[in-house]
Amino acid sequence: MMIPDFKQTVPVDQIGVEERVARFRTRSIKKESKLFALKLALQMVDLTTLEGMDSPGKVRQLCYKAMYPHAADPNIPMVAAICVYPNRVRLAAEILKGSGIHVASVATSFPSGMGTLESRIEEVKYAVDEGADEIDMVISRWAFLKGEYNYVFDEIATFKEACGPAHLKVILETGELETYENVRKASDIAIYAGADFIKTSTGKISPAATMPVTLVMLYAIRDYYLRTGNKVGMKPAGGIRDAKTALHYLVMVKETLGAGWLTPDLFRFGASSLANDLLMQIIKQKTGQYQSPDYFSIG
Amino acid sequence: MSNRLNVLKTCKLYIGGKFSRSESEHYFQALDKKQKPLANLCRGSRKDLRNAIQAARKAQAGWAGRTAYNRGQILYRMAEMLEGRRDQFVAELENAAVTRRRAESEVELAIDRLVHYAGWTDKYPALFSSVNPVASPHFNFSIPEPTGVVGIVAPDDNALIGLVSLIAPVIAGGNTCVVVSSEKHGSIACTLAEVIHSSDVPGGVVNVLTGFRAELVSHLAGHMDVNSVLSAANDPEQKKIIQENAHLNVKRVHFYDATDWMKEQAQSPYYIMDFQEIKTTWHPVGT
Amino acid sequence: MSEKELTTHQNLHFDELWAYDPAPESPDYVSIEPQYQLFIDGTFQKPESGRYIDTVNPSNEKVLAQVAEAGKKDVDKAVTAARKAYEGVWSKLPAKERGKYLFRIARLLQERAREFAIVESMDSGKPIRESRDIDIPQVIAHFFYHAGWADKLEYAFPGVRPKPHGVAGQIIPWNFPLLMAAWKIAPALAAGNTVVIKPAETTPLTALKLAELIRDAGLPPGVVNIITGAGQTGVDIVNHPGIDKLAFTGSTEVGKIIQKAVAGTDKKYTLELGGKAANIIFDDAPVEQAVEGIVNGIFFNQGHVCCAGSRLLVQEGVAEELVYKLKLRMETLIVGDPLDKNTDIGAINSKVQLDRILGFLTEGVEGDQKIYQTKCNLPEKGYWCQPTLVENVSQSHRIVQEEVFGPVLTIQTFRTPDEAVNLANNSPYGLSGGIWTDKGSKIFNVGKRIRAGVVWANTFNKFDPTSPFGGYKESGMGREGGIHGLLPYLELS
Repeated sequence: MMIPDFKQTVPVDQIGVEERVARFRTRSIKKESKLFALKLALQMVDLTTLEGMDSPGKVRQLCYKAMYPHAADPNIPMVAAICVYPNRVRLAAEILKGSGIHVASVATSFPSGMGTLESRIEEVKYAVDEGADEIDMVISRWAFLKGEYNYVFDEIATFKEACGPAHLKVILETGELETYENVRKASDIAIYAGADFIKTSTGKISPAATMPVTLVMLYAIRDYYLRTGNKVGMKPAGGIRDAKTALHYLVMVKETLGAGWLTPDLFRFGASSLANDLLMQIIKQKTGQYQSPDYFSIG
Repeated sequence: MSNRLNVLKTCKLYIGGKFSRSESEHYFQALDKKQKPLANLCRGSRKDLRNAIQAARKAQAGWAGRTAYNRGQILYRMAEMLEGRRDQFVAELENAAVTRRRAESEVELAIDRLVHYAGWTDKYPALFSSVNPVASPHFNFSIPEPTGVVGIVAPDDNALIGLVSLIAPVIAGGNTCVVVSSEKHGSIACTLAEVIHSSDVPGGVVNVLTGFRAELVSHLAGHMDVNSVLSAANDPEQKKIIQENAHLNVKRVHFYDATDWMKEQAQSPYYIMDFQEIKTTWHPVGT
Repeated sequence: MSEKELTTHQNLHFDELWAYDPAPESPDYVSIEPQYQLFIDGTFQKPESGRYIDTVNPSNEKVLAQVAEAGKKDVDKAVTAARKAYEGVWSKLPAKERGKYLFRIARLLQERAREFAIVESMDSGKPIRESRDIDIPQVIAHFFYHAGWADKLEYAFPGVRPKPHGVAGQIIPWNFPLLMAAWKIAPALAAGNTVVIKPAETTPLTALKLAELIRDAGLPPGVVNIITGAGQTGVDIVNHPGIDKLAFTGSTEVGKIIQKAVAGTDKKYTLELGGKAANIIFDDAPVEQAVEGIVNGIFFNQGHVCCAGSRLLVQEGVAEELVYKLKLRMETLIVGDPLDKNTDIGAINSKVQLDRILGFLTEGVEGDQKIYQTKCNLPEKGYWCQPTLVENVSQSHRIVQEEVFGPVLTIQTFRTPDEAVNLANNSPYGLSGGIWTDKGSKIFNVGKRIRAGVVWANTFNKFDPTSPFGGYKESGMGREGGIHGLLPYLELS
């Protein structure tokens, strides 16, 4: 496989990307196709809590929410994963054991990435040892913005190795990269360095995930697939709060990468409040009644 | 009285920066205001016209590509050359058509008119361009560009000032032209061609034909490589022919019939704009 | 992507797993009368001709309504009404009051925007997404923009006094029925002229709805007269001696006839005619956005766009990747019911136009040219054409030279900027052109050399009332929109 020269910039026109996204937003998803998409979106959620105040109790609550999103309707599918800090991985893994729900851990000095390389590697190994089967790492934005693309490439490759069997999601923190051309370049670096998923954001920086940023990343994934036949996953994270937005994302994935990516194996939403809005919309589709949050358990 | 025999000038067509006889070798006689023979003029043919249009087309991109500053200097140079031949033009005009006084003021005005348009070349684009505040994230601007090759049909009166007033705005705007001169005043047109020739105007920018207008205008207006026709000949029949033939390739047609070119105000950038196309460019504004 | 890498191309499947359910905009919301009369002198009048034409919904071939066919006498009545209104009322009205009428029309249109969008899509076949998001908002913007000009004309033309011509006769096409009406009526009224306008015979309904709205707005009778009819009605307008200024949008063929017809008269005229725009993609272009621009350039409004980017010129190094991605993108285009909110490409405007397009795809294509069409299913009733690429064409093919006016894109390659410019300009048309490159100075160089009135760089098919639009060469003369668009409706003295 030929690794591209990352000094070369793949041109991206900002306005063109945003216009394309506006087109996705005009898609009107109705009836059965809506219910299908709402359920699919729910199965793609990485239910996330990443706070300094995440006590074992909070994480326990989240895990149960993941397994039983809406007790009133047992036909409702489970979410894809929960996403926590490394020191809550063991607990989550114990609760979720046998459920099929993945345990994702942020690592590598999340969210800044400013730890020493050694400590960041150790953190990855720790999270995997504790039971995480997915690692959400952060790239060194300082190095990327300084033009040290090989540094970023190498650190990702190193963390990938440290992951062992666990899947690696590479957080680009696109809000700090600012331009779509940077997003594209960082995506390419992550993909060629071995990412299983590329992910927009930590959720700690605004803007977090946006549709245009995600589209640029989807294009990078598509080009890689067309060159190599290998499928890389996509995870927009942060700021996706309602079902309508989630459906727009799915429209974008479908019309950019096709049906092959409409699976939790290749597309995730990093979100906390999205799950309940999806649930409310699913129940609304089934009953015809608009729903109240009072009837949906918080995570 | 001197015994010296005057050397008479042979009047030729001016095509592609060269003076040449009509390929037909036909001629006609121009008369002075007392109806006495003034000169033999080439009776430009359809083929001469074609050659002139080809020369104008060939020169057009280069002329339009000159800087506005350079075009202004060349127009000013035309004024300088005309000033240098002031007495000759006064004499020729007096001989051909008008009183001495009137001839003097016509030549002066013609010189000043060239100076006027020399000063417009680098200003009209700023005046008639626009940045358009579109309601989308695009930078959008419109600028004038020359229409291309312009056929000019000269008026029968105002032999010099009429001709200068038509040619100057057309070439100031980066067009090239083919002039069908007045049958009555072909000799003045010939002399003006000499001025143009000695003024750093690139060959082909201005081409001057003498001949019978009725033989030429329909071909001029029908030629598929002429973009625009300007006529000040004020002949209803020819006007109709021009317009009818213009439709073949959607020529822009302008008739300046009622203009008194001797008026100081008979000059403005709007005359330049009659031979400009507006080009609008869009580009997204992003990072 | 290099050629070698492309051999590992994987297939992407867009329609499996999840297809969108129909999401139609309901037509129940709008009322369409069974028969429409001529709008002359502020009232709807039966035609002296006694004749009516059917207007058909091209997506199901059902007759929507009958509209009057104005004869010579009707045209005369309309011109007389316009003259009377010009001399009696409109030219005496303070400019700011003229402007206020236009503002009022804009506002009333905003209130009824969805209704107009639905009718437009039913009558023309264009997708509701476009009529709702582009046509009608642009119509409103045009009235709003020109309203503001009415009392500011002297600022637009320094050193001279602008005056209206009098009565403007306007003939508009079927591709943007209401938008073209707005492009014509708004500047004419702002400049102080009165109007006789004829919409196209296949798409008269929104103009007639506009007539109702104009009447409701209280515009003085006769200031705007909207008369329906076909070609002969247009001829009668062109030849009517009471018309001071003609404005025509349509084919170059008809534009030439009009130019010839006015020979020997003092009628002023502007023409907005056909095009065969080159959309030039350099190898340093943002490829994904260029693909989008190509799609927008040729498949917008079923390709019924005079400025459509119908000739794709691709630099050789990027041609294979670009065309591959274009085909992928085309697979996601939804062709069908114009009223469905998800429809990207609606119905071809008429049987006549469909036959013309299909004619190009049979007669116009020979030798080793390749036709590529998407796999979409077309409805049984109605007039439809799949998005189409014609590959392996050269400059000498008829389909490369003539305006198809449908969703048909020809593809040629080039090697250098000079070659691209030469190919782009090798046409009697000169309406628009597209340039895609990441290099700013190349945009200015190539943009300057393209002989066309509108240059879209890294974008395509953008319109705005503030932005002058119109052609070079056989694409017409005069501009519409912006300061430059006022000029055709004014005499400067």
